[in-house]
Amino acid sequence: MNKMRHAWRKWRAALVLGLALVPMLASITRADGIATGDTSRIRIAFSNSYAGNSFRQVMIRDFQDAAAQAVKEGKIKGYTVVSSNASVTEQASQMQNLILQGYNAIIILAGSDTALNGAVKDACDAGIVVVAFASGVTEPCAYRVDYDLDTYGQAEMNYFASRFGTKPTNLLEIRGLAGDGFDKRLHAGVEKALAEYPNFKIVGQVYGEWTSTVAQKEVAGILPSLPTIGGVLTQGGDGYGAAMAFEAAGRKLPIIIMGNRQDELALWKKERAAEGYETISLGATPSVSQAAFWVAQQILAGKKVPKFVQVPLLQIHQDDLDAWLAKVPDGGVADADFSQALTVAIIDANADHKPIPGIPAPK
Amino acid sequence: MGEASAVTMAAPPWQRWRSLAEAGLPFAALIVMLAVIIDIRPAVFSYFGFTLLFKLTTPLILAALGQMLIIMLGDIDLSNGSFVGLVTCITALFLTDNPGLAVAAYVALVLAYAAFGLLIHLRALPSIVVTLGMSFIWLGAAVMLLPAPGGLAPGWLSGFMDWRPPLLPLPIWAAIVVALAGHLVITRSSYGTILRGTGDNPRATARAGWSVVAIRVAVYAAAGGLGVLAGLTLTGLTTSGDANIAPAYTLIGVSAVILGGGSFTGGIVSPVGTVAGALVLSLAGSLLSFLQVSPTWQVGAQGGILFLILAGRVLLREVPQ
Repeated sequence: MNKMRHAWRKWRAALVLGLALVPMLASITRADGIATGDTSRIRIAFSNSYAGNSFRQVMIRDFQDAAAQAVKEGKIKGYTVVSSNASVTEQASQMQNLILQGYNAIIILAGSDTALNGAVKDACDAGIVVVAFASGVTEPCAYRVDYDLDTYGQAEMNYFASRFGTKPTNLLEIRGLAGDGFDKRLHAGVEKALAEYPNFKIVGQVYGEWTSTVAQKEVAGILPSLPTIGGVLTQGGDGYGAAMAFEAAGRKLPIIIMGNRQDELALWKKERAAEGYETISLGATPSVSQAAFWVAQQILAGKKVPKFVQVPLLQIHQDDLDAWLAKVPDGGVADADFSQALTVAIIDANADHKPIPGIPAPK
Repeated sequence: MGEASAVTMAAPPWQRWRSLAEAGLPFAALIVMLAVIIDIRPAVFSYFGFTLLFKLTTPLILAALGQMLIIMLGDIDLSNGSFVGLVTCITALFLTDNPGLAVAAYVALVLAYAAFGLLIHLRALPSIVVTLGMSFIWLGAAVMLLPAPGGLAPGWLSGFMDWRPPLLPLPIWAAIVVALAGHLVITRSSYGTILRGTGDNPRATARAGWSVVAIRVAVYAAAGGLGVLAGLTLTGLTTSGDANIAPAYTLIGVSAVILGGGSFTGGIVSPVGTVAGALVLSLAGSLLSFLQVSPTWQVGAQGGILFLILAGRVLLREVPQ
């Protein structure tokens, strides 16, 4: 038994030593902001709460691609992905296992904002860098990489303002799922932005569940009761269905903010060719797992990183439409790599409170 | 009685060996899995390593024992997991600032469990239907209390779950103590025999002068009590409440009971086996992540491990004559 305690003491000693080494690495940062501390022996794990839909599948693949490339370039030694089947307790115990396996950093997409706090704390206490992304982990020792959903509504309203100016305009808002956290946060952003533009008025609201068919049905149901609609606020995945509903009702297509889905972009392109239709497209990218990966790598390489790193939404504009559309698979969503350089630029923008750099369009 | 033991005595030795092997199966699986994990990562074989490896088993074991009590009666409890979720919500919301209210809520929950037991008994309802309905009640109540995960476990509770007792890590002590208590009450005590007898043949228990209603109500209340304990320990570990934290406990609990030598027919359960079963099931997930099985295969592989162990049990089982 003494042996066990002894082992624990040794563990602790190694831990303290490891922590003492961190500041020594901190000085090695290049002019472009990329920290170059030696991370060739570190291993990074990805703890994922659910792997059962295509968005998550792409997200895992993106992480594996970036990590495999980093292994090849000697930036890390190894990586792994574990997925719990939407069970929070399972994810917590997988976190404990990753700690035991001696990973240096864990990036997590948490199945619950709070229920993993115990496991996250255990990891931090063991000297592991924890980066939670696209999910709100409330344990303060974890770094967070996430979107600011206020900017989603803000970008939509700003675009409408650039098109309609101060002309009074009716808007239709398609929301996500009643009672959902993502929907609530995004809608709060829209309301905040709406206060700046008194000429816009939301005359109708439906729940489209981020699904084209549901959005079509809901919009078709409310349309007969609505006056002329100038613009449609969306949350992604619902733009195509909304357009179909307007078309079926024989109405002129309003400006619908698209959500980076292939069907939405294809429709946009078709309408652009037919009558010079103009809009923008916005959305989250599965590749946010890569941003979290590079944030973890950079922290281990000695870079000072703020506790919250805001990542940009992928915006598609009129001029880049063809380039993006060519890259999106049928039925898929636009995705772009977060490179190490881009992630570092994003980290620096966050640290200096400057505008977050956008994701560049493909060449 | 004398005749029965004479039959046992007459049984060939290989048959006795067989039933011994069947009882030992979950333990053998446990040791094999541990050996593989330690082989991959020797650092696990330490006080610290075992603490982390088994940390989340304590609430699962308690929930599985609650399930075992219900299965002992020949019923099944499909509400166990969401009940634990509800308890985590109550604990995280009230126990710190308003302990009186929290305790009153726990008592009310245990009474509710007992009342459902009574309902099942009096109306002769299938437990699978009633408990499925109960699961929605628990979940609904939990979501009303705590619409989004949150709250905070009282410091003493998370402190206790982080406590490092001498000799063995806390989760192992908990497993041993709980298994021993279950063994003494259910397997060894005379009252335990009555309980198991009620599950096997309620009419015989009634003829012997026992109130089957009282037994059922008491057993359901005890299962509710174990659910409360599971929720408390889980809140201590996660430090917060979440209505959807433990739906998996329902079916993992059932699997643990069956893996540990229990049977759906009622009357045949083993507390020690159930504890071992729960440990095996939670270790199965860990084993796969230590083996670096790709995430796409993990869920299926976990099912595969369960299937192999259960198949082993079926092969070892004595063929009834």
